Amino acid sequence: MSSVLLNTLPIAVLGAVLGLDMVSFPQAMLSRPIVSATVAGAFVGRPGGGLLIGAVLELIALETLPFGASRYAEWGTAGAVGGAIVASEPATSAGALCVGTFAALATAVFSSRSMVWLREWNARDARSMRVALDAGSPDAVNAVQLRGLAADMVRGFLVTLIALLVLYPLSQQILAVWHTDAAVSRAVVTTVAATVGVGAVWTVSQRTARAGWLFVLGLAVGTALVFLK
Amino acid sequence: MPGTVGAFTRLFAVQGAWNYETLMGNGIAFCMEPLLRPLAPERYRAALARQARYFNGHPYFMGVAVGALARAELDGESPERIERFRTALCGPLGSVGDQLVWAGWLPVCSLVALGAFAMGAGALTTVVLFLLLYNVGHVALRAWGLRVGLSRGMRVAPALANPVLRQGPLVLARVAAVLGGIVLPLALKRVIGPGRVLAGAVAVIAIFGAVLVARFGARAPGWRAALLLLALFVLYSVIR
Repeated sequence: MSSVLLNTLPIAVLGAVLGLDMVSFPQAMLSRPIVSATVAGAFVGRPGGGLLIGAVLELIALETLPFGASRYAEWGTAGAVGGAIVASEPATSAGALCVGTFAALATAVFSSRSMVWLREWNARDARSMRVALDAGSPDAVNAVQLRGLAADMVRGFLVTLIALLVLYPLSQQILAVWHTDAAVSRAVVTTVAATVGVGAVWTVSQRTARAGWLFVLGLAVGTALVFLK
Repeated sequence: MPGTVGAFTRLFAVQGAWNYETLMGNGIAFCMEPLLRPLAPERYRAALARQARYFNGHPYFMGVAVGALARAELDGESPERIERFRTALCGPLGSVGDQLVWAGWLPVCSLVALGAFAMGAGALTTVVLFLLLYNVGHVALRAWGLRVGLSRGMRVAPALANPVLRQGPLVLARVAAVLGGIVLPLALKRVIGPGRVLAGAVAVIAIFGAVLVARFGARAPGWRAALLLLALFVLYSVIR
């Protein structure tokens, strides 16, 4: 049995903690993919693999601005799933980074939806306690808050567990018949991530006077450094 | 003031029961509860009921609201004045926080971490650097908010005109722009590995793609488009 299957439950627990961090507690950005994927990679025994996909997902996550009620990707569980899948493959695997990123983004769709369900459940819970809340009961206030926190942990656990149980075997089957060269595979996933990342930084820079020019200047310096290295 | 440590600790869970009806309302009451304990039972319950209703704002700035509203309750302000003040707080606390943190501090810290990765830092260094840097700002902001709210009460508005809050988003956006420009090509290079031609091709395609993302991003989030493109590539790599 592969290491990732042995580690499914610990990674699901990790996903619960990372998913909780995204909104509910403590919002310390443990849920950012550069952290979540790297930690999941460390759980599987290859933190370097987790860091690699964490960096790719972080480029994509630059676009995510978690404004209140807007619907956005939940990167804690997504990073944990992607990091575990990439780290469970050898570093020489041609398609692991691409398949891991695909799995992480697929998890993000599911986890994003699960946050909507959680918020609807929280609303129903608060509504059911409305009489006690309107009477100023501290027990009711604490109960609604603690149940919300517990429900978010359960959500993160289930999302990670289900995603791993579905996507890990699928990724194994895909990688067994992967035909594209390793360099091309990495180039494709990097291009996709960079497109979103550059677009995100450009969008942020467009809101501020002269920041667009600073971005172009920075790009010129960065590109020169790449070719000088 | 009694209850300050409890309220500060609870601020980290202010969004624990976030929902589409009261948003952070219950969270505000949850955080404020330790501060309200010195009130007489009747006023304590009335204050808690008032604070458990709809409220919205940036989570890191909830200390300002919790502190200022608790101070107003403890000072015996009238319920009508507290309600008006509460409503007036929502907008500024949301917009200041969104610009300073989500559109400023978070992207800067993220780009610093990507920069460390690009320069060859290992997993532990990159993660610890990111978390330490980000949370210095995060925790400081929460602590400042609660302190200023508790000390100024309903006269907290001038504190939101603090130069850091007014100029911070502008400075951070410029830092993010220049840092993003430098870091993104270097980070791509580390992911791709050896090969300047490949790196150049990726950079050119990414810049053209980014123009499309910036143009149409509002209609389709980039991460969903990325999922679609990768799904197509995975399919191609399997069936060709």
